Amino acid sequence: MTSIAGHLRSDGRKGIRNHIVVAYLVECAHHVAREIVLPFREQGVHLIGFPGCYPNAYASRMMKQLCTHPNVGGVLLLSLGCESFDRFGLEQIVRASGRPVRTLVIQEHGGTRKTLAEGRTWVEQTLKAMRASPTVPMDVSDLIVGTICGGSDATSGLTANPAIGRAFDRLAERGAAVIFEETGELIGCERHMATRAVTPELGAALIASVAKAEVYYRTLGHGSFAPGNAAGGLTTQEEKSLGAYAKSGTSPIKGMLKPGDVPPAGGLYLLDVVPDGEVRFGFPNVNDNAEAVELIACGAHLILFSTGRGSVVGSAISPVIKVCANPETFRRMSDDMDCDAGRILEGRATLDEVGQELVDLVIQTAGGRATASESLGHQEFVLTYKSFEPLGPGCLPVVR
Amino acid sequence: MSTSRDSIASSIETATAPAVRLLRLGAADNVAVATGACEAGVELMVDGVALRLLERIAVGHKVALRDVATGEKVVKFGCPIGSAIRAIRAGEHVHTHNLKSDYLPTFTLDAATARAAAQS
Repeated sequence: MTSIAGHLRSDGRKGIRNHIVVAYLVECAHHVAREIVLPFREQGVHLIGFPGCYPNAYASRMMKQLCTHPNVGGVLLLSLGCESFDRFGLEQIVRASGRPVRTLVIQEHGGTRKTLAEGRTWVEQTLKAMRASPTVPMDVSDLIVGTICGGSDATSGLTANPAIGRAFDRLAERGAAVIFEETGELIGCERHMATRAVTPELGAALIASVAKAEVYYRTLGHGSFAPGNAAGGLTTQEEKSLGAYAKSGTSPIKGMLKPGDVPPAGGLYLLDVVPDGEVRFGFPNVNDNAEAVELIACGAHLILFSTGRGSVVGSAISPVIKVCANPETFRRMSDDMDCDAGRILEGRATLDEVGQELVDLVIQTAGGRATASESLGHQEFVLTYKSFEPLGPGCLPVVR
Repeated sequence: MSTSRDSIASSIETATAPAVRLLRLGAADNVAVATGACEAGVELMVDGVALRLLERIAVGHKVALRDVATGEKVVKFGCPIGSAIRAIRAGEHVHTHNLKSDYLPTFTLDAATARAAAQS
């Protein structure tokens, strides 16, 4: 019924794109990596990287997951040479995955110009070699779809978010894994979330993740319910959170993930994005793309992005489908949007209709159709310092 | 009827179909959200059923779809958003005056101003 051509990887996962990532392993290698990518920008060559010079287990794991993401078919690593990132370990993991990989160490290659030339030659040859790679049929049940909201306004919780919830329900019914996140925006929903958990242990873990977020945000001095929220018609904290929570739909919650954990089966998952332990390294997610990157590290093939005020971002590695909640914003910024969910507000469509439209968009995008942000060249990427403990025992009760 | 009321009434007439509507976000919801400002007395359709507004409703604000008893949960997005602190009639505005959080008290700017005045 649906025809998605997937790129089969050695771990059994299938990709909906066949990108090369050029990854800098410290900010000092960023410029060379960016220059290598420049002539190949429109050929699916994406720039990712970690700016820090000091080691961080989270960043290391994220880079491993991103470089072996099913949408990635080849990897070029850019090292200055004296940073602490374990380039040997990363290269080994990528090579073991069967992907073409090369590490260029700028200090060893004789500087910017020589590394740049070498890097571009490698990308050119690898692109040619990858063009011949065969595809396999891929089903909706092979997909992992994440969701975030950014540039939200009063319409987000009324149109785009619940429409994404409808789409999530339908995708989960068809066997896809769907992931929602941002526990800091779920304060007040945790007890309801726990009732949707497939086991009491998972329910307790979900409640604990929101409690952790509350402490974290309070330490950082985050306000939550602002007077402007009440003026806009929101009465309670739980009502405000529900606007964001609506993206999760109504499916049972199968498990909780931390950044880099891949869902073991289809169904709905919560991604716990707030670091463990004492508050370190600042805000849990510095911007929307930091959230997108974490969803992608969990294997998300694509992302449903809800926006009211009008975000323009896309992402490296996985296509971002922009769902515009506000009809005024859509009229002003339609080039950047994939779906006009604000029609719901004007009586031109129902939540169910837009939900179905999003399912269709997910399948078409998986089938190769470029999203608005993809065709505009958006490939944002950000990765910062964080620290996590491994998942607790009750977090993934369902195993394939 | 004053001129300003007339102009409001006419703007509603143009607004009722199709611009201003009540949006029920979950099947189990006992409130709906106004997609535009709407005056008292106006009748709006929600899922095929007519509802007469008992008071003015601003855009984004909630209207009770049926009578809600004191202590009963107010449900939006299919989830409880708090409890009614007094009986609410169908068509009434649902907000901080008749609904409270089951979770955290809501501090509005009005409430903060009143508290500051009481303390001074």
